[in-house]
Amino acid sequence: MAIELKMPALSPTMEEGTLAKWLVKVGDEVKSGDILAEIETDKATMEFEAVDEGIIGDILIAEGTEGVKVGTVIATITSDDDDKASPAPAPTAPPAKAEAPATEQKAAESGAVKAPTGTDALVPASAPAPAASTEIPEGTAMVGTTVREALRDAMAEEMRADDRIFVMGEEVAEYQGAYKVTQGLLAEFGPRRVIDTPITEYGFAGIGAGAAMGGLRPVIEFMTFNFALQAIDHIINSAAKTNYMSGGQMRCPIVFRGPNGAASRVGAQHSHNYAGWYASVPGLIVIAPYDAADAKGLLKAAIRSEDPVVFLENELVYGKTFDVPQTDDFVLPIGKARIVRPGTDVTIVTYSIGVGLALEAAQKLADEGIDAEIVDLRTLRPLDKQAVLASLAKTNRLVVVEEGFPVCSIASEIITICMEEGFDHLDAPVLRVCNEDVPLPYAANLEKLALIDAKRVADAVRKVCYR
Amino acid sequence: MARSARPSAAKSPVKTTARAKAPAAAVDDPTISSSLADEAAFALRSLQQAHANNKRYDASDEELLTFYEQMVLIRRFEEKAGQLYGLGLIGGFCHLYIGQEAVAVGLQSALKEGHDSVITGYRDHGHMLAYGIDPNVIMAELTGRGAGISHGKGGSMHMFSTEHKFFGGHGIVGAQVSLGAGLAFGHKYRDDGGVCMAYFGDGAANQGQVYEAMNMASLWKLPIIFVIENNGYAMGTAVKRGSAETHFYRRGTGFRIPGMDVNGMDVLEVRQAAEVALEYVRAGNGPVLMELKTYRYRGHSMSDPAKYRTREEVQDMRDNHDPIEAAKVELLKRGVTEDKIKEIDKRIRQTVAESADFAESSPEPDAAELYTDVLVGTY
Repeated sequence: MAIELKMPALSPTMEEGTLAKWLVKVGDEVKSGDILAEIETDKATMEFEAVDEGIIGDILIAEGTEGVKVGTVIATITSDDDDKASPAPAPTAPPAKAEAPATEQKAAESGAVKAPTGTDALVPASAPAPAASTEIPEGTAMVGTTVREALRDAMAEEMRADDRIFVMGEEVAEYQGAYKVTQGLLAEFGPRRVIDTPITEYGFAGIGAGAAMGGLRPVIEFMTFNFALQAIDHIINSAAKTNYMSGGQMRCPIVFRGPNGAASRVGAQHSHNYAGWYASVPGLIVIAPYDAADAKGLLKAAIRSEDPVVFLENELVYGKTFDVPQTDDFVLPIGKARIVRPGTDVTIVTYSIGVGLALEAAQKLADEGIDAEIVDLRTLRPLDKQAVLASLAKTNRLVVVEEGFPVCSIASEIITICMEEGFDHLDAPVLRVCNEDVPLPYAANLEKLALIDAKRVADAVRKVCYR
Repeated sequence: MARSARPSAAKSPVKTTARAKAPAAAVDDPTISSSLADEAAFALRSLQQAHANNKRYDASDEELLTFYEQMVLIRRFEEKAGQLYGLGLIGGFCHLYIGQEAVAVGLQSALKEGHDSVITGYRDHGHMLAYGIDPNVIMAELTGRGAGISHGKGGSMHMFSTEHKFFGGHGIVGAQVSLGAGLAFGHKYRDDGGVCMAYFGDGAANQGQVYEAMNMASLWKLPIIFVIENNGYAMGTAVKRGSAETHFYRRGTGFRIPGMDVNGMDVLEVRQAAEVALEYVRAGNGPVLMELKTYRYRGHSMSDPAKYRTREEVQDMRDNHDPIEAAKVELLKRGVTEDKIKEIDKRIRQTVAESADFAESSPEPDAAELYTDVLVGTY
């Protein structure tokens, strides 16, 4: 019986990939451990190994095919027991890309598609793009750029302009970044400025902070902010407080950056959103962008800042493509929120990955006649209170959407601001849509239950609108 | 076989350029020969040997007088700080450096002030005075006045002078070691020839981040001298009750950092050890770890009654090992007159009295200072 070889998921977030190269051809005998193909994900090129013995029967997806969904049957192996006399004929022409949906369908039928998870709902493919930022002059040429590339471009541009800037972290140089955010930096800037560290967050966060105190401009990458807990002492006690404790004499211009929040099925220790923790500390700047333009413009601003910045990225949006203005030096102001969807009936305040969910929910709500305004905070400290209050004064109803725990959160802070300074404008209690108040579970169904989604956002909006 | 190779390794000169030769017998086995070569090249004990061969710095009378004066300044300054604390003029924590003066003076006299970086923990007054920072602004910081070096917002534990390249003044035990490695990283990055001296105590030497910093400092050959001021007690815990390896100079071995065991109660021994260490570090060989055996006469902080040690122990150190007394005896032996020494003592008393007056009479920071210096930029 033929064994179906399916497009493998090579990372927790991989949904599709490119079949870069076949290393076997029809009729080849293979055994367990042989490399069959090279598959490119958005992060890396991976080798695809055989786990069964047999003869390659069919090659169903030609090399060079992009966008092959995980679970798609890409080849078959006939085992020794099969009739060797009639191998499937080699395809006379490489299968066209158009066949991919069909094979995907086949995979779905065989039950091989990746189980839906909570994080699938976090990055809806259908989410509308945010409205173009008012900071971008009309008529500016735009280029489709992934968030990952935008972050890299921001670092590269700043590094070209200022020799004091260096990038340090685990796997940032030779490996090109654990999430490929620093791709290409080593080649351009060399090992003096792109520095691989051992796995010692506390130590290299301290080295970074010390280098900043001594006059350099470090960009410290944490593979994820979960690991930055090992280093939080230096972020808070060394970086955030020194300027104040020294009466303004000793600065610490440093950027701590990396992915934050839930990824996909990685369990409780790799899924925490720390925004509220850092945003509670005077002396820090905390930035959490959603789209690629904000990621670029705000990372450039963060690197130029004289203050220590915690720059919270999100692994699930690294691969998403957005328009980025094609200008020489696109820098955005720190501390300014952005209206990503203007509306009149209700305000949704959110940031980072929550923006996509809010946009998706708003689209649904529009069909029901509810016109939601979405405020993307972008900077969490200092918080753009005025933008929140101005939108509240306009809509009189407000929901906060945050992919993170509800207690002592950014949502809590926004609600406090509305109570203290926006009470007269409120026509309904402010609601928050946050993750469930439990450590994030691994099981796909439980993860889905724990994480926010567009439906929960829409439900909360209807509630504050009394609909 | 490894053992037979060691003595010859230990005898190899300080210079790391001396290439190790694997014994012929080991050549057949590549793993053994490379590990032997490694051992020899490491020369872990070479700096200690160089120090042992020539223990004391050959100071001129003038230099020794300067060291004496600096040590007396620290002693009198700290005594005055203790007094002001007792009067309620200094609050919070106040950690005095009395007894340890020879360490900061001996080491920092070998540095280029304003070029080489110095960083330490919260027992920081002495290191600042040894780097030529004005006693007035230090004392005014202790009393929490607007004229203090941190505008009264740092206090005893948090003082900095970027002009002198004194980088604090850190309250989290061990944090200054990683930060110091960062300062050293900066010297190497800019290739400015500077060295960082990072001081920490025998207590901080047990913090995990110290070893993270040592690993990277050695891996990247950062120009840093790790200085462990072993005063015998981590707050109230005697070294032997808190440290499995009480010979702290050995603590760098796992990172291939040569260690030096130095008598921290003799300013000339300290200075000579600094010469050896600095030559090694400035040549681009990477870090050195120095353990300075010293003693603090006072408690850990002003609020510590120091019941964990005997009165006799403290008295013995004061009577028989005091670095200032020893320097004074040596000066007299060299023929420096009693009057000359008295004149220095008098001048220092005057300086310290003035700093106390300044610290008492300066106004507290303006209330508006509460909100300044949180961030540098406006957003």
